[in-house]
Amino acid sequence: MIEAVGLTKRYGDRVAVDQLSFTVRPGQVTGFLGPNGAGKSTTMRMILGLDAPTSGRVTVNGRPFARLDNPMLAVGALLDAKAIHGGRSAYHHLLCLAQTNNLPRRRVDEVLDVVGLSTVARKRSKGFSLGMGQRLGIATALLGDPQILMFDEPVNGLDPEGILWIRNLMKSLAAEGRTVFVSSHLMSEMEHTADHLLVIGRGRLIADCTVKEFIEGNSVLATRVRTPDAPALAALVSAAGGTVTSEPDGSLLVTELPMRRVGDLAFDNGLRLHELAPLQASLEQAFMELTKDSVEYHGSLGAQ
Amino acid sequence: MTTLTATRRAGFDGLLRSEWTKLRTVRSTTWSLAAMAAVSVGLMSFIAWVIMRQWDQFSPDEQAMMAAEPLQIIIDQPVFISQLIVAVLGVMVVSAEYTTGMIRSTLQAQPRRLPVLGAKVVVFAVLMFVVGELLSFAAFFAGRWVMSDHITVNLGDPGIARSVFGAGLFLTVLGLFSLAFGAIIRHTAGAITGVLGLILIVSNLTVLLPGSWGDHVHAWMPTNAGQLVFKPSLPPDSLLTQWQGLAVFTGWTALLLVVAAYLFRTRDA
Repeated sequence: MIEAVGLTKRYGDRVAVDQLSFTVRPGQVTGFLGPNGAGKSTTMRMILGLDAPTSGRVTVNGRPFARLDNPMLAVGALLDAKAIHGGRSAYHHLLCLAQTNNLPRRRVDEVLDVVGLSTVARKRSKGFSLGMGQRLGIATALLGDPQILMFDEPVNGLDPEGILWIRNLMKSLAAEGRTVFVSSHLMSEMEHTADHLLVIGRGRLIADCTVKEFIEGNSVLATRVRTPDAPALAALVSAAGGTVTSEPDGSLLVTELPMRRVGDLAFDNGLRLHELAPLQASLEQAFMELTKDSVEYHGSLGAQ
Repeated sequence: MTTLTATRRAGFDGLLRSEWTKLRTVRSTTWSLAAMAAVSVGLMSFIAWVIMRQWDQFSPDEQAMMAAEPLQIIIDQPVFISQLIVAVLGVMVVSAEYTTGMIRSTLQAQPRRLPVLGAKVVVFAVLMFVVGELLSFAAFFAGRWVMSDHITVNLGDPGIARSVFGAGLFLTVLGLFSLAFGAIIRHTAGAITGVLGLILIVSNLTVLLPGSWGDHVHAWMPTNAGQLVFKPSLPPDSLLTQWQGLAVFTGWTALLLVVAAYLFRTRDA
């Protein structure tokens, strides 16, 4: 369980995290979603006490992270795969961390095995690929067999097989009753793994809901209509208060009028319909819609 | 999979073991120390050997001077070379963690920052003490053997045992001095430049300061004061005794460590 209350971080004039309050619960994967620069990493760093909040507080199992008796048994985190001394082998990297919490040596071999790095465990980590570094970071997170796991953009640098592996790993960790908190700037990634979502933009909390609620609440529902009498139907829909847009393929997209009403209008006026289908905006679109005002760095060529 | 249960609170002993693992598992530590021992003792022995070969070409005055102060060759030479390596290693104990990003892993494993820094200080101090003493006694016996044809020097002679032992202490304190520098500056290159600049340039330049004020500043500069401890005898106008000098150097180091601890605790990692 992670609880943040009014968490705020300022760097000079810039507010990186603004009055963030949320709870991350055990037994599910909580996605932490937001555009680049939204404050996800800063929030995670504050949870771990790496950065001190300007105001507000955040606790782990009811206590600040730095007050826990056995930090590694409580929280394991992958913040960035670069938190490694490249001159040290994967094995020794994990060993020196394990020793701080009196973890048994065999635990190091176990996590190396879990992430599939056993064969390169004695090699210096500076030669590791991005994906191997990411796996070593995940091994570090798993080392203390912690109740809470945090992953900051874990799929970065992983190949498709690795991505599938980390998704399944996160799901199985949550299924064991652990708290899994994972950040991403890619909605599609969350679609596959998360049960619950925290969405932030420019440091502020925009949404705190289940993935299902998020889609329902934020996807623009439209109805696609295909009819040989398009102009007639468009006029009828507009008159009834709907908004119609013509698609290049000749179909009509109707918004602001329930699909049922569109069908009724056509039936009442004797218009033939070839297609009447609900169109749900993808999670990606819903996310873009929700965060479009809070993206910090816009590309000059439309991300619209 | 092992199920882990907390047997006891993660404490200082674990941090000590961890820091020792960190030191011994990067090649730079072992290589640097081996190089330090080989170069400092080896070079000194070579210089001493060359001097002995040409002994007869020195004037009786020069011969008398060398016979009176044999440690200027036997101890001062190796310490001068070793201090550069000790400074670099000391700086890197903390700065390398920041440069590589390892510090974030370290502080995730144990977020209590003062014990983390404390463990680094203790482990590095013990290592530097052991290495420093081994090195200075090795240098002494090697030098004594090489020069034995013309110069006799014994640990029992006045000030000699203190000087040889003191050289190891000097290197230990210097290591911690540099460690504190590294923790304050956090960038390896910057901190090394700072420490070496202070030891090799600033400390010597203070001799140019005018008047007794200048004399005091020069005498109280960290390494100027610290190096007195490996001098068998001091000029009569010396402002500090050998042990006072080491105390001044240790005081500077303690002050820097306090600043480093404060910053280590409060700064974002």
